[in-house]
Amino acid sequence: MSGVASIHLVENALLVSIQDDVTDTEIIDLQDALSNRIADENVDGVIVDISALEIVDTFVGRVIAQLAGISRLLAAETYVVGMRPAVAVTLVELGMYLPQTRTALSLSHALAQLRRG
Amino acid sequence: MPQTGTATILKIFEADFGGIVEEWRGTQVEEGVRRSDLFTDSESRAQNIELLKAFLTGIRSGVHEQDFSFEDTAWEDLRAVLADLTKERVSRGVTPSEMANFVLALKTPLFSRLATELAGDTDRLIAEIRLVTRLIDAFAIYTNEVFIAEREQIIERQREEMMELSTPVVELWDRVLTLPLIGTLDSARSQEVMENLLETILQRQAEVVIVDITGVSTVDTQVAQHLLRAAAAVRLMGAECIISGISPMIAQTMVQLGIDVGTVSTRSSIRTALADALRKVGYVIEKRDAH
Repeated sequence: MSGVASIHLVENALLVSIQDDVTDTEIIDLQDALSNRIADENVDGVIVDISALEIVDTFVGRVIAQLAGISRLLAAETYVVGMRPAVAVTLVELGMYLPQTRTALSLSHALAQLRRG
Repeated sequence: MPQTGTATILKIFEADFGGIVEEWRGTQVEEGVRRSDLFTDSESRAQNIELLKAFLTGIRSGVHEQDFSFEDTAWEDLRAVLADLTKERVSRGVTPSEMANFVLALKTPLFSRLATELAGDTDRLIAEIRLVTRLIDAFAIYTNEVFIAEREQIIERQREEMMELSTPVVELWDRVLTLPLIGTLDSARSQEVMENLLETILQRQAEVVIVDITGVSTVDTQVAQHLLRAAAAVRLMGAECIISGISPMIAQTMVQLGIDVGTVSTRSSIRTALADALRKVGYVIEKRDAH
């Protein structure tokens, strides 16, 4: 199954889980949908779960970085959670350190950090 | 047309196998390649006999016309004996040239016997000597190849062991890991270290990682680069990296080299780093009042 990943509201944050077979167009649609939801629902944070993602390229890396920039402008923090070791190594090798993005080990860690403010 | 085959050499062997062994051993002593300090007399005699028998088996069925290849099944015995013998010799510290000369010493007894056997037939003698030389040279080269392969195996094994030994990730406390780095940090090793660290973070769900560089001999731009990349990868996974063990000397060097650690926290000792790490995961270290 594919299609645009569903966005859930958990506490005061939007939760998105990115699937491994995500396409470039889907991820652009997701960026658009997320931007709208952040503005509409006035959330504090966005949590992007990428634990299913086994391969990243510069494109996905850039979209994640952009997402962080967009949500910051709309007054929300972006957390990337569950990044796999191989993905982390690849991103670093590509020079994408995602400085604007916050990271957490898991969804619960991210929620705990959001609650702390 | 002189008939050159293995017949003469086989005849020589059959006639006086024991004599050849003794004379070969004598030549080994003359050439100084018999390591009586490493092997006892009976031990090396048994080895020599076994090796020569295997060689003889090979000659008997492994030489076709003038051609032979040690990869043939006919030479299977010799390969097996050589493998065992080489393993033992490598572990006792025999050098490659000693190993080659040890085999080449076989020429002396064989040539003198060939000369006696074919005294009146010079053409045939030369042809036979040519064949025997080729055989023994190939034997010596093959021996050296086995020898080197054995050594390479040892080196490879030691390298792997060193790699494993040098990258231990230790769980200091619940959700706190430490990685004490020792020695030099090159690209291959830092890659290994990084992968090992990230995997452990995932397994233990660690929140703080202390990379201790007290034991790293030199920190240059490249080493710093490796460390900072590791720290960045740790952050991407959602954990925090503290680099500890930065001596005043290293701090000065890093500043002079213009290395910017960015947002990575650094501490001078693992002690302060540990206190920090524990605070981050919600513990405090407290001194108990003396009663």
